[in-house]
Formats: sequence, structure tokens, C-alpha cells
Amino acid sequence: MGRSRPVYLNLFKIRLPLPGVVSIMHRASGALLFLLLPVLLFVLQLSLASEQGFAEVQGWFRLPLVKLLLIGVIWGYLHHFCMGLRYLALDLDIGVDLPQARFSSWLVLAVSIGATILTGAWLW
Amino acid sequence: MVKRIVSGAHYGLKDWLIQRVTAVVMAFYSLFLIGFFLTQPLTYASWNSLFYSLPVRLASLLFLFSVLIHAWVGMRDIFMDYIHPTFIRLTLHVAVILALMAYAAWAVQILWSVQ
Repeated sequence: MGRSRPVYLNLFKIRLPLPGVVSIMHRASGALLFLLLPVLLFVLQLSLASEQGFAEVQGWFRLPLVKLLLIGVIWGYLHHFCMGLRYLALDLDIGVDLPQARFSSWLVLAVSIGATILTGAWLW
Repeated sequence: MVKRIVSGAHYGLKDWLIQRVTAVVMAFYSLFLIGFFLTQPLTYASWNSLFYSLPVRLASLLFLFSVLIHAWVGMRDIFMDYIHPTFIRLTLHVAVILALMAYAAWAVQILWSVQ
């Protein structure tokens, strides 16, 4: 009480525990997806515009570098997705205690990375 | 009465709810799209006819609007936490709002020009 808000934190003095690490990854992936919105909209537009546009997009996605970038974006999406489900569970008072919160953080990492590897294998 | 200093004008609960409602919309749409990728061959014909159907078009528009609203709350929270100078922070807020409004119009244009 009585402290002036908002409170600013010095990020470099904080050593994060695992739930903190996956949380900051949630932020980072969210910011990345926001920055990529125009690219994603452009790709959607081109892929729907015409047969040639669709073929052009398919051609890009066959390039190894683009595939790698796409897999990175898919990881960002899946991490954000799984963390989102974790937060929704926390809102429902599921997994609030520390051991469960740590476990669900591992689970988010494992599921999102596992699903990314599966998707990557399917794409390649 | 308890005297306390609050920040902002009680937008917290509303934004909390908006962030979760849009998240649920996006989650269901994502599962729908994953289902399409897993069950349908990906060709121009299948891709185009998917987005030609009005229910899918409306669902896609709801999804994209959810993305934009969700992105606004998220980006604003990030800026509030890390960007301390007021002028720069508010400039970034305005830039994000304008970008998201442009994306909203763009999304309508993309979805409603599918033939």
C-alpha cells in the first residue's frame, strides 16, 4: 500500500525459476508473433489470391532456410498455445501449488518442443 | 475507507477476461485448422474452397480479430513493464493500435476476396 505504481523491475538482477522461464518465453513468443503478423497476413493473402500465388508460397516453403524459420515460428506458436492453456488452468485453480506449477512448466516445454519436432519432421 | 494509489481506470478485470475469451476462440480455431491440415490434402483447390465457405470465413475473421485484440492487450502489458519513458511508451501504444486497425481491414479484404 502506498507504493507508487506501476512498479518497474530490474530484469538483470532476477534469476528466474522454471515457471518464470516459461513465462518470459510466453511473452517473447507473443511479441514475436505480433511482429510477424504482417508477414503471416501477406502469406495468407498470396496463398488465397490465385493458383500462381499458392504455388509461389509453396515454393518458398520448400526452401530449407524458410522451413527452419517456419519451424521456429511454429515452436513460438505452440509454446504460446500450451502456456495459454496452462494459464487458463491456473485461473481455474488447477496446478497452483509450487510442485504442480513446476511440473506443468516442464510439461509445457516438453509438449511444445515435442509437437514442434513432429511438425518439423512432417514438413521436411 | 481504505486509501490507496491505483494505476489506471479499472480496465484490469475487463482486459483479463478479454485476453482469456480471445485465447479460447484462437485455441478452438487452431484445432480446427490443424484438423484440416491432418485430414485434407493441401492443394490450392482445397485451401481456396475451405476459405470460400461462409462459416469458415466468419470463423477465420473471428480468429483474426481475436488475435488482434489479444495482441493489443499483450503488447500493451509488455510496454507497460519495460518501456519507462512515458512519451516513448505512448508512442508505441499508438503505433500498435494503428497497425492492428490496418491489419483488421486487411484481414477483411483477404477473406472477402476469396473466389
